[in-house]
Amino acid sequence: MTISIRSVEKTFGRYPALNKVDLEIADGELLALLGPSGSGKTTLLRAIAGLEFPDAGQVLFDGVDVTFASAADRRVGFVFQQYALFKHMTVAKNIAFGLDVRKGKDKPDKAEIARRVEELLKLVELEGLGKRYPSQLSGGQRQRVALSRALAVQPSVLLLDEPFGALDATVRKSLRRELRRVHDATGVTTIFVTHDQEEALELADRVAILNNGRIEQIGTPDQVHDQPSTAFVCGFVGEANRFEGQVSNGRFSAGVLGLPATGLRDGAATAYVRPHDFALDDSGFEARVERAHVQGPLTTVNAVTPDGRRLEISASRAEAARFAGTIRIAARKAHVYAA
Amino acid sequence: MAAASHRRATDDPAWAKALVIGIVLAFLALVLVLPLAAVFVEALRKGLDAAVAAVRAPDALAAVRLTLITAAIAVPFNAAFGLCAAWAIAKHDFKGKALLITLIDLPFSVSPVVAGLIYVLIFGLQGWFGDWLVERDLKIIFALPGIVLATVFVTFPFVARELIPLMQEQGTSEEEAAVSMGAGGLYTFWRVTAPNVRWGLMYGVLLCNARAMGEFGAVSVVSGHIRGLTNTMPLHVEILYNEYDFVGAFAVAALLCLLAVVTLILKTALEVAQPHVRGRGGH
Amino acid sequence: MTTADAASGPAAPPPARRPFLRRRSAIPGFGLTMGVTLSVLSLIVLIPLAAVVLKAAHQSPAEFWAVATSRRAMAAYRLTFGAAFVAAAINSVFGVLTAWALVRYDFPGKTIVNALVDLPFALPTAVAGIALATLYAPTGWVGQFLTPLGIKAAYNPVGVTIALTFIGLPFVVRAIEPVLRDAAEDVEEAAASLGATRLDTILRIVLPALAPAWLTGFAMAFARGVGEYGSVIFIAGNMPYKSEIAPLLIIIQLEQFEYARAATIAVVMLTVSFTMLLIINAVQAWARRFD
Repeated sequence: MTISIRSVEKTFGRYPALNKVDLEIADGELLALLGPSGSGKTTLLRAIAGLEFPDAGQVLFDGVDVTFASAADRRVGFVFQQYALFKHMTVAKNIAFGLDVRKGKDKPDKAEIARRVEELLKLVELEGLGKRYPSQLSGGQRQRVALSRALAVQPSVLLLDEPFGALDATVRKSLRRELRRVHDATGVTTIFVTHDQEEALELADRVAILNNGRIEQIGTPDQVHDQPSTAFVCGFVGEANRFEGQVSNGRFSAGVLGLPATGLRDGAATAYVRPHDFALDDSGFEARVERAHVQGPLTTVNAVTPDGRRLEISASRAEAARFAGTIRIAARKAHVYAA
Repeated sequence: MAAASHRRATDDPAWAKALVIGIVLAFLALVLVLPLAAVFVEALRKGLDAAVAAVRAPDALAAVRLTLITAAIAVPFNAAFGLCAAWAIAKHDFKGKALLITLIDLPFSVSPVVAGLIYVLIFGLQGWFGDWLVERDLKIIFALPGIVLATVFVTFPFVARELIPLMQEQGTSEEEAAVSMGAGGLYTFWRVTAPNVRWGLMYGVLLCNARAMGEFGAVSVVSGHIRGLTNTMPLHVEILYNEYDFVGAFAVAALLCLLAVVTLILKTALEVAQPHVRGRGGH
Repeated sequence: MTTADAASGPAAPPPARRPFLRRRSAIPGFGLTMGVTLSVLSLIVLIPLAAVVLKAAHQSPAEFWAVATSRRAMAAYRLTFGAAFVAAAINSVFGVLTAWALVRYDFPGKTIVNALVDLPFALPTAVAGIALATLYAPTGWVGQFLTPLGIKAAYNPVGVTIALTFIGLPFVVRAIEPVLRDAAEDVEEAAASLGATRLDTILRIVLPALAPAWLTGFAMAFARGVGEYGSVIFIAGNMPYKSEIAPLLIIIQLEQFEYARAATIAVVMLTVSFTMLLIINAVQAWARRFD
């Protein structure tokens, strides 16, 4: 199902949570809403779910206006941040809830519900745990129950609010792959909210980056990382060294650092250089290496320029030995934005 | 020095502990235990038979019946109100929420005597509806409805103030999950919310009931003290006491003490079994 | 970029009409439950309370003032507020000790002591009243030891204070207890690690942190004491100008069918109660500033 967000606005008190947000989500897409806390990403997700109602604008499902439709009428599957499992119901009862509440001919018979529950437990690899209570499960298992409960109603769209936020790093990684697998198996349009850029870049087909209630950029993981369209995106997605400086005559300079800045007006500007975009270069500027440490296959080098700017440089382990004492380096690539 | 150095930084010296515990136990014994003991001793001063006879006197039994009827109306009423108010306040956002909670708590800061007075001013002979009621031969003051109204007023906040913070703590995501899967309001309430708040509800009902059965000041103003008709148990205690029938007064009082003790036992059991359900400062 | 995306989507249908009553929340039942809440609250509490104010307003301001400040009424306020204040102060001292013992120490019978603290909430006030009167009467269990010392503890303001101490105890304990339980012990450990003695830590770190809860408990005990009737009248003596509390004065006016006078005293008491309520709310708001 395609989802269109048209100029959606939402204010909480005097604080604007969403500011004229437009967004198109394609059928079967896996989209990440990425942003810092307070950026409006959860509000946007809840507006799509029908758990929050916008002050202005429209939400369309397959071209039909559902802006003020109830959550139930939208047939969305929603996975809550803390899962919101029903504590007093077994796992099987939790998953069956959305089918149990149906009335009349819509309600599948008992055997059919049981079959669906089994199928879903199998999908999320929780076979045999149907009789347990949520309190008897690990965090990762609870997350899977929440996911299968949301899928039980065969939702037209699956919405997840910080689905991995409450989990530790290893479980988080395996569940990420799990979500991708479930998405690919069911083909359901999926939107998830996260503040973790690594999660968004790894999992999503496209990433929408929100800041202060606005969408800063939307694109594939490659696009937002390699071609950030705003300074905020550049600073938020991926690591970057940040330099405050001046542009004049198409060239950015901040102390010893000089970068091409074609097309930018003269004046104050900010430049971002990714750690792996610095390279040793005899024609470059001088820096003194303070510390180098191994990070997996790479070496992270902390250096300082003669005018006191601190740099973080990322180099391959093979190259690491050359980063010692005083070096000369240059930026292979940089992103410069007018302030 | 060796002994002292084993003491954790947050521990107090043994002598200080003993002193504090000693003072506390002595104070509580004097203020709380002694009166409780006095009731039973005075009730049994002329033997168990005399005490039992006093409780089984027709007027005493009528008082017990009236007290039970009053609580049987007032407590469910306030429980239903509490659930309604908690659903509106804890599960939804709106302006003026703090003010509404304060208004619901208001009866706790009104003197019981004033609580009785307000209904006399409205429904009494010279009250707003006095003539209207007389014409239709209806009686509210000096009758059961007045006693129930006064009791509802003084026990009004008990259930609501127990449920509102509990339901606020539990948040709204379980209800949102149920609604997003197609559940209606009542279904969500019974299947999702009610199981989560039943212990808190019981706690509130327990305290509400204790106060409803024991209320004196407010009921005293509206009851008219008609023996065998509009006398609740606490009022009956007063009448017997003022007539110098001390054994009778303390025998009925002992019955009320048992109610208090049972309430405290159930309350403690609830707190032990359901640690997240705590008293939120009852009255 | 985003505008380009929006433009490429399907043509927008006309916007859905916003429902007449603005949807506030995804959870249903707000209108119904809010309606019931406001109606019941108005009928049971707010309108009746307004009645007493209207009744008092039937008099001219001069009449009102004369009744509200009559010598007998002033004596009753003095006794009521004074005894409530002293009782709340006594409870502040013993309440904090009790809360401290319950939270920080283990001792046999702690569960029973904990349950017992709530006795004044559970015990009908009239029962407390006759029990206290029996204990503290000159020939009573406690009274007989006080009489030789020249202390009269019943049928006078001392008796009123004793009754209000009984009634108010749980308020202070239950206000302080949760704060003390939630107080992070690491703050005390930090103080100790910085060289503070245990007494320093308690006086300079622990007790100041308890101050808002302490004030709240004091105010609640005081407010309850001001309105208290059942436990007091048996031990008070009820002598006009000497040992007559304000709630009793209301009842006496009522028995003489002096409704406006009764309403006047009630309005004075309501004003004080609401002021206390505002103070409690303000103290709690002030306490949250550190959170």
